[in-house]
Amino acid sequence: MNIDHEYRTDISSGWTRKHILGLQDLSKDELNIILNQAAEFKRLAAIGETKLTPLAGTVVANLFFEPSTRTRISFGLAAKRLSADTVDFTASGSSLSKGESFVDTAKTIEAMGVSYVVVRHKTPGAPQLLAQHLDANILNAGDGTHEHPTQALLDIFTIREHFGKIEGLTVTLVGDILHSRVARSNIWGLKKLGAHVIVCGPTTLMPTELSQLDVEVSNNLDDVLDRTDCLNLLRIQFERQRGHFFPSIREYAHLFGMNKQRISKAKDDVLILAPGPINRGVEITPDVADGPHSVILGQVSNGLIIRMACLYLLHLQRTASLGIPG
Amino acid sequence: MKSILIKNGRIIDPSQNLDVQGNLLIEDAKIKGLCEATTTADEVIDATGLIVSPGLIDLHVSLCEPGFEEDETIESGTAAALAGGVTSLGCLPNTSPVVDDRSSAEFILLQAERAANCHVFPLGAATKNNEGKELAEIGQLVAGQAVGFTDADHPIENAEIMRCALEYTRMFDRPILNRPQVPDLTDKGQMHEGFHSTVLGLKGIPAAAEEIMVNRDIALAELTQGRIHLMCISTQNSVAQIRRAKQAGIQVTADVTPHHLTLTDQMLETYDPNYKVLPPLRSQEHIDALIEGLKDGTIDVICSDHTPHASEKKTDEILGADFGIIGLETLLPVCIQSLIIPGHLSWSELISKLTCGPAKILGLSKGTLADGADADVTLINPEIKYQLEPAHLKSSSQNTPFLGQELQGRAEIVIVSGEVRYRAEN
Ligand SMILES: [Zn+2]
Repeated sequence: MNIDHEYRTDISSGWTRKHILGLQDLSKDELNIILNQAAEFKRLAAIGETKLTPLAGTVVANLFFEPSTRTRISFGLAAKRLSADTVDFTASGSSLSKGESFVDTAKTIEAMGVSYVVVRHKTPGAPQLLAQHLDANILNAGDGTHEHPTQALLDIFTIREHFGKIEGLTVTLVGDILHSRVARSNIWGLKKLGAHVIVCGPTTLMPTELSQLDVEVSNNLDDVLDRTDCLNLLRIQFERQRGHFFPSIREYAHLFGMNKQRISKAKDDVLILAPGPINRGVEITPDVADGPHSVILGQVSNGLIIRMACLYLLHLQRTASLGIPG
Repeated sequence: MKSILIKNGRIIDPSQNLDVQGNLLIEDAKIKGLCEATTTADEVIDATGLIVSPGLIDLHVSLCEPGFEEDETIESGTAAALAGGVTSLGCLPNTSPVVDDRSSAEFILLQAERAANCHVFPLGAATKNNEGKELAEIGQLVAGQAVGFTDADHPIENAEIMRCALEYTRMFDRPILNRPQVPDLTDKGQMHEGFHSTVLGLKGIPAAAEEIMVNRDIALAELTQGRIHLMCISTQNSVAQIRRAKQAGIQVTADVTPHHLTLTDQMLETYDPNYKVLPPLRSQEHIDALIEGLKDGTIDVICSDHTPHASEKKTDEILGADFGIIGLETLLPVCIQSLIIPGHLSWSELISKLTCGPAKILGLSKGTLADGADADVTLINPEIKYQLEPAHLKSSSQNTPFLGQELQGRAEIVIVSGEVRYRAEN
C-alpha cells in the first residue's frame, strides 16, 4: 500500500512556513496543523505503520552545539521514521571558541546535501542566524534561554490528548521561568490556543515584564493549585543558579515541589507534566512522578511524533517551493 | 602664509552665538574672522548650501593602538574621524599596554602626528592598567599631555579609589571620565532588561546598574569638589540625577551617543550583534528623557563612543560578540536623523554639543571660530542623502548597524590646522 496517499490528507494544507524557529512566530492555525499532523502519525503508529517514506532520499542534519542526549535521539529517530538519512554533529563547548564561525560549520555540513537542519545552540537566535545563511529548512531544537518549540508542542499535544482541547484550560508553569526556553515556547503556544497561563515560582526566577505576555504571575503554588488543570513542572537548572536565586534546594522543594500533600489540594483530574530530566525530590517527589496524574513518559513518546510532524511539514514546504509534485 | 576663503556658507559658531550667512577667512592656520566675499585668498571654497562649523570634537574614541591594531590604528581611526567631520578627539587608554604613563601618552601623540589626519588628545588611565586598584601616574600623564583621566570601558568600581582620583585630579584641573555601570549588575548581561530581554531569552542589564553609579559619582564629586564626567548616559533616572546635581552646583558633565538617541532594545529582535552595545540600547521612554536632557543642557556632549571590532570579534552569534559599534563616520547623520529632522535641537544647539561642549570638558582651546583660534573647520552638507556602504568606511572595522541604511547629511570638507585634509567623494 502507498502510505504516502494514506496520510497526506488535508491535515497539513495551509502550511507554507519554511522554518520552525519558535512558537512566537506561529499562528493558531499553524499550531493546529502541527498538532493534527502529529495525531495522524500517532494513529498510524498505533496500527503498526511506524516506518513511513516521505523523506526517503533526503538528509536531516542534527547539529547539537549544546549536548542533549534525549532530544538528539528523539530527533534522530523521528527522521529515521520518515526514512530520511541523518548526519549528526555534536560540538563540545571548547570547539566553539571565539573566532570560529558557527555559521561556517553549519554551511560545511549543509554542503553534504542536507535539506533539513535541526539545531540546538546555547546562544539565543542561533537558529534565526542559520535561517538567514542556509538554504536548508531549519528546525529549532532549543536556543539558549529563548525557545524550544518542539518541547512545548509535545507538552501542548499531551495536554490536548488528555483533555481533548486547550481552549479554556488553566495551565500552570512552575519553577525557573527566567532561564526556561520551554516556558517561553509554552506561553506563546498555550496563549494562542486559548489557555489561561499561570507562571509560578520564586520572584528571583521570574523575568521582568512577564505580565506583558498576558500571563498570570504567582509566587505561591498553593494559591493556584485548585484552579489549575495542568501543572508543567520545569526543571531547576542547577548549573544556571549561580547560587543566589534561592537559599536551598530544600526550601525550593518546600515552596514549589509537587508532592502527595499538594496533589490532595489540586483538582481531582489534574495533569502533571515535566519536561525532564526531572530532579526527583526537588520539583516532584517520586510517588507523584510515577503516580496516576503524571504523563511524563507519555510526553517522551509524543516528543517523537511531534518531531516527525515538524520535519514532515518542513518537507512539504520544501517540495512545494521546489515545484516537486506531492 | 597660506590663506583660505570659505565663501557663502551658513556660519554657525555656538561659542560666539553666531549663525550668519557669510564668508570666513583662514590665514596661517588661524581663523581670521568674517570677511567680504571679494577678499582674496590662495584658495577659495564655495560653501553655498553648506554649514560652516568649528571642527567637530569627539570626546572619547577607541583607536585601539597599541595592542589591537586588527581593530583600528591611529592612522585608520583618525582617517575615519576626518571623514566624519571630526578634527579633534579624545583617545581612550584601553590599549595594550594601557596609557598609564607619560611615554605611552607621548606615543599616541607621535603616531597621530605621523598620520597627520586630525588632532588626537590622549586620555590617560585613571588607575594603573585600568585595574581600579591604584592611581596611575596622573601628574606624569599630564606632563605627557593627557587631557583627562578614565579607565575607559572599566567602570571605576571602588568608591575609595574614585574619591582619591577626583581629589588628586583637582590639582591639575582635569576631569575624571567614568562609565557608570555597577559590574555586579551587568555581569553576563547582553541587552537592556525589559520586555524584549524577557521574550528573547537574553540576560538583561537593568537601568539601575547605571543609575546607582551615577548617584555615587555625583556624591563623590560633591564630596571632593572634583570634576566628574559621566560617559554614555542611557537612562531616564540618570538624566534626572545629573539635572539635580547641576542645579546644586556640583561639577558634573555627561555625554550621550547618537545610537542611544535613535535605536531601542527592540532592535535586538534580529539578534544582530551590531545592536549589542554598552550601555545597552534602551526603550523609547529613556530615549525621550535623553533628548530632554540634551535640550535643557543636562547632557553637555554627544560623542560617537567609536568602538571598532574586527569582524572575527563581532561574531555572528550574539553571546560571543563583543560590545560596541563604530561611530565616527555616522556621528553627524545619526544626530541629524534623531535630533534635527524631528526638530528637537536647532543646528546651533547640536553643533554646541559637538564642538564647544566637549572642548570645555577637556580644557581644549578648540571648538570655536573666534578670531585667532586654530583653523579647524568642518563644512557640513545637511541635505545630502546616501546609502552607507562598506566601501565608504575609512575605519578598519565595519561593526555598525547603520550599514545599508539611508542617511542624511555628512562632512563635505574638513580643514585641520588651516589645511584641507578631507573632501567627500561623490
Ligand atoms: Zn560617550
